[in-house]
Amino acid sequence: MKRLVLLLTALRSLLKNRLRTLLTMLGIIIGVAAVIVMVAIGRGAQSRIEREIASMGKNLLTIFSGAAQFGGVSRGGGSLSTLTLKDVDLLREQATLLSGVSPSVRVSSQAVVPGVNWQTTVFGVSPEYFEIRGWKLAQGEAFTERDVRSRSRSAVLGKTVVTNLFGDASPIGAEIRVGKVPLVVVGVLEEKGQSGFGNDQDDVILAPISTVMSRLSGGTNVQQIYVSVAEGKDSTAATEEIRGILRSSHRLGETEADDFNIRSQAEISAAAATTTQTFTLLLAAIASVSLLVGGIGIMNIMLVSVTERTREIGIRLAVGAKSRDVLVQFLIEAIVVSTLGGLLGVALGLALAEVLPKLAPFQTQVQPATVLMALGFAVAVGVFFGFSPARRAAEMDPIEALRYE
Amino acid sequence: MTSATAPVPVLAAEQVSKVYSGAVPVHALREVSLVVDPGEMLAIIGSSGSGKSTLMNILGCLDRPTSGRYLLDGVETSGLSKNELAELRNRKIGFVFQGFNLLPRTSALENVELPLLYDRRVSVKEARERALEALARVGLEDRAGHEPSQLSGGQQQRVAVARALVNRPKLLLADEPTGNLDTATSMNVLALFQELNDAGATIVLVTHEPDIARCAKRVIEISDGRIRRDELVKDRLRAAEMAREAAALAEVAS
Repeated sequence: MKRLVLLLTALRSLLKNRLRTLLTMLGIIIGVAAVIVMVAIGRGAQSRIEREIASMGKNLLTIFSGAAQFGGVSRGGGSLSTLTLKDVDLLREQATLLSGVSPSVRVSSQAVVPGVNWQTTVFGVSPEYFEIRGWKLAQGEAFTERDVRSRSRSAVLGKTVVTNLFGDASPIGAEIRVGKVPLVVVGVLEEKGQSGFGNDQDDVILAPISTVMSRLSGGTNVQQIYVSVAEGKDSTAATEEIRGILRSSHRLGETEADDFNIRSQAEISAAAATTTQTFTLLLAAIASVSLLVGGIGIMNIMLVSVTERTREIGIRLAVGAKSRDVLVQFLIEAIVVSTLGGLLGVALGLALAEVLPKLAPFQTQVQPATVLMALGFAVAVGVFFGFSPARRAAEMDPIEALRYE
Repeated sequence: MTSATAPVPVLAAEQVSKVYSGAVPVHALREVSLVVDPGEMLAIIGSSGSGKSTLMNILGCLDRPTSGRYLLDGVETSGLSKNELAELRNRKIGFVFQGFNLLPRTSALENVELPLLYDRRVSVKEARERALEALARVGLEDRAGHEPSQLSGGQQQRVAVARALVNRPKLLLADEPTGNLDTATSMNVLALFQELNDAGATIVLVTHEPDIARCAKRVIEISDGRIRRDELVKDRLRAAEMAREAAALAEVAS
């Protein structure tokens, strides 16, 4: 039979049963729209996490105090304080691949202004820290190298701390007490929001490392050293350079293991990306199930339609239709339904992906590849589930079919 | 048959048997032999269960004999596949089914052109032209766009006849062509068959009504799967006259 005529025949018979065709399509429409929206939400979350990780600082390497070993049992990173300010100085002097080095000590403490107090985390850092971690100032200024040398009592507050201690008032120049130490607020950090791991990055007070070490934490060890790899330099090479410097600083023999850990931002990003990809995949899988259900709907209706049209099939076979002609006719019907449903589903999915972020706290990101894949999957579903009813029609015996009431 | 001048018979069945296998095998046809020459108008009669439907299915290449040979227009059919039989039906046979069997919600024209759509040699344009021609031949050219539900029973059957003619078949095969029609309309349809036969068409019709059979030139009677009677019709009815009489009677009655 002529191809065009076959297509027209299929279209006409779909038009004759408009309501049924629409209902059959509905399964595919919802399935395709669900896949597009779900993947868009997953991708939205993924790109948000990626952005946040990038906001933690470019080319960031974090050096932790080494894992202490007691009788062969690792106590985890940071359980032994091996990093010192001397290491920081050595890195600054000797490293060639780094653009910034900042020590960090962390103290959990109560911040108090008259009438209010707030439990927060105080970080003792050097001025390079702002650059390394990508912190920008919303108000005031950061402290300087001079402040570090003079152990000045200046502090830069995160947005959350400001809100809780001062409300809407400007805190610049105000005095807060941290533990028993009075500090003067010199700057406010720009908001970063929640980290990809769910903690509030703005709930923080930054103060000069010297001030924190001498007045709050005590001791001479630093917990972490943050370094940023210079623009265009390889972070693996930088890691090796740091290792060399620290190993000689710590006088480690050939056979001794590192007493520190170096972790790169790239690793953390990769881990987070894997997590969100899994999440996206899961959402897509759930949505695909609905597409599959839509396909079963097509099969169901096609089976009914084939049974209902047994006489028609008998007539066609008797006047000379070959099995293949009948097969193709019904297959085309299934494919037209699934393709048309797929296209409508794409339209619905794109519309939902556009509207949803305005109604709920999701971000969506539609990728053309997803749209094409969902559409392709819909067509494939039509072929797959249309095949068995079409085959049933094609294999009918014309005599039986003509006699069918 | 062996002489060079003799025409090829339209159909020739030789010792055709059909057995439906089952727990108890049913012998629907027992060694039936039958030759129909061009220009014949043959009626096959028989009660239900006589095997006439089975015979018709075999003559129409819808079914294959269990044993024996069947030649349609000189083509041996026993070795043909399902698809080859479909092609043979498409090119050599015109069917008029019992109960019209038109596609619902499809115009008369589209119903008529249906067989040609399955013939690769015929273009879409030619199919349309020939369908219109066939409709004109049964006097329904002005109903081309009507759907079956908008046509009377007699008109529907004429559309079915047009569909059977559209592929210019060697054999016109009609199964109870007047089954659902009143007498006047039945006679009108038969008059059409007689007219086609006069013009040279070879027609085989299967019926259980003796009056219908008397419109044919030759009648065979089947019972128990065998041909019991094969004779020429002596006092052949002219269906056109019968139709006029029936119409006149109907008028008087109303």
